[in-house]
Amino acid sequence: MSTPARPDARGRFGTYGGRYVPEVLIPALDELAAAWAELRDDPGFRGELDALLRDFVGRPTPVTEAARLSHELGCRIWLKREDLAHTGAHKINNAIGQVLLARRLGKTRIIAETGAGQHGVATATACALLGLPCVVYMGEEDIGRQAPNVTRMELLGAQVVPVTAGQRTLKEAVNQALRDWAGSVRTTHYVIGSVVGPHPFPGLVRDLQRVIGDEAREQMNERTGRDPDVVVACVGGGSNSIGMFTAFVGEPDVRLVGVEAGGRGSTLGEHCRSITLGQPGILHGAMTYLLQDPDGQTASTHSISAGLDYPGVGPEHAWLHDEGLAEYVSATDEEALAGFRALARTEGIIPALEPAHVIGWLLAKPLEEGSTVLVCLSGRGDKDLDTVRHALGDGPA
Amino acid sequence: MPRLEPALRARLAAGGRCLVPYVTGGFPGVDAGLLRELQDAGADAIEVGIPFSDPVMDGGVIQEASRVSLEAGTRPRDVLATIAQAALDIPVAVMTYVNPVFRLGEDAFLDDAVSGGVSGLIVPDLPVDEAGEWIGRCRRRDMATVFLAAPGSSPDRLVATAEASRGFVYCVSTYGVTGARERLAGTAREVVESLRPLTDTPLLVGVGIGTPEQAAEATEFADGVIVGSALMARLVEGDRAGSLGLVRSLRAAVA
Repeated sequence: MSTPARPDARGRFGTYGGRYVPEVLIPALDELAAAWAELRDDPGFRGELDALLRDFVGRPTPVTEAARLSHELGCRIWLKREDLAHTGAHKINNAIGQVLLARRLGKTRIIAETGAGQHGVATATACALLGLPCVVYMGEEDIGRQAPNVTRMELLGAQVVPVTAGQRTLKEAVNQALRDWAGSVRTTHYVIGSVVGPHPFPGLVRDLQRVIGDEAREQMNERTGRDPDVVVACVGGGSNSIGMFTAFVGEPDVRLVGVEAGGRGSTLGEHCRSITLGQPGILHGAMTYLLQDPDGQTASTHSISAGLDYPGVGPEHAWLHDEGLAEYVSATDEEALAGFRALARTEGIIPALEPAHVIGWLLAKPLEEGSTVLVCLSGRGDKDLDTVRHALGDGPA
Repeated sequence: MPRLEPALRARLAAGGRCLVPYVTGGFPGVDAGLLRELQDAGADAIEVGIPFSDPVMDGGVIQEASRVSLEAGTRPRDVLATIAQAALDIPVAVMTYVNPVFRLGEDAFLDDAVSGGVSGLIVPDLPVDEAGEWIGRCRRRDMATVFLAAPGSSPDRLVATAEASRGFVYCVSTYGVTGARERLAGTAREVVESLRPLTDTPLLVGVGIGTPEQAAEATEFADGVIVGSALMARLVEGDRAGSLGLVRSLRAAVA
């Protein structure tokens, strides 16, 4: 597979990206960028990573034709089953790669942030596998709504540190991880969980997640003899979607659609629609689309899904949007819940609330009849059962 | 408005060392009166923070002060108005993060800062290699650009930081974020000594300096100190007298 020439040497996707971080972190970012430039195509490193992805993660994950849902929607829907990857989401692809990389760099400690807990679990898993101590920062609000993942991380030997600042969700967890890293940068690697943050993280995480789209494109061609008409994925920070889109970017006949979390409505504070309702800004080291007030203070956000509850988005998405290479839409909490229920009942798959936004968007039938649609089913829904039960008023899901 | 670097140089020329206290703008009690009292307590310049929602360079005390200030409804122009109202004889440098500057627009932000009587700007998440246009805009307004040098900064980056800095170079004493520490880190001296041959701009040490003893130790090799969290911790506790007392004892310690 060809390696995208993005970002440029300064970490820019057009005007987006860059490295807006305190000086103390710059040496580590330089070191990481140099190491990744060398290792990403290094046969030894690739071989080690690919073996783990195959034997430990269970890749390639299958694509499943969603026959009953397809019938209902009048489209031909295929699901890329990242929910079947070890630990239940695509996050493991990135975590394993970065922890391997950290070991190559001689780092002796790993930190991570997590929102829904999937990235925290993936990082804790990779650390257990590779024998490195792991600290995961998690907002108190998220600890409450994703309790099973906290137990998982602790069982895997990670220390989960509650973050009590601000809205007590993903954004604050990233802040706290960055502060830890500023103090520990000589010995510690920060495994950022999405295609966000300062250069080289957006490109690094994309390179590690593109396996999703590379596999899926090949699988779709084997199964259907051609590329899908439409490729859809949810977008919080945007790692599963970038991982899926990268294989198709620039293909004129493939429509790429990113679904943002529409929350409870389009008022600032009620949603996570960074691209569709935000303005360019700088958060967590990168210029990107950002939900913010007129003074440049980061806005509060809401989503039923902890994994999408983030006011920014990966800078490559901002660029794909502005270049017209991908389009961005949204699905509300209610639509996501409808998607969650529909996939469970028609396909026997309980999705995470994050990709349930994609199914929710599809249920509104926005696509041409007969289209072939590839959906990134980024994770499974076990972690969300309490949230869904609560949202549905304790009745049967 | 007094200019930042000449004021600091005057202190150095008189054989002293510089003392720059930091306060979070808009925090209850951080008003024009307090700024004047900090001046009277012996500050050579004052660093005033425009609070930001996501202060990743700041430890617990300044995070909390920023949160309280923002919840009280503080906007950037309120902080600038307080600075203007104080009408100090010493210069004021504003510290904020890059997004409030970017959102308003660099030119608009700088014009407001000039009108408010601000002499310098410190933007810790705008490292020198992202600051090309910013530096030009500040130069045209005679606004001092204070950049951070840190332990681990490469020789090339130290050169670039030294060249780009006006007013003073903010020498980060240690790996980490703002907040008091038990002792002054050995890395503080390394940062200062590696910058010394590169510039004659004053070299001030900040992050982790909270006591007169630490300030005295740092000014054995540095041109001055910035003290923030130790001061704000007292203000957060409502101890205005204690915060001013600390500044007086810091003044005595750095002479």
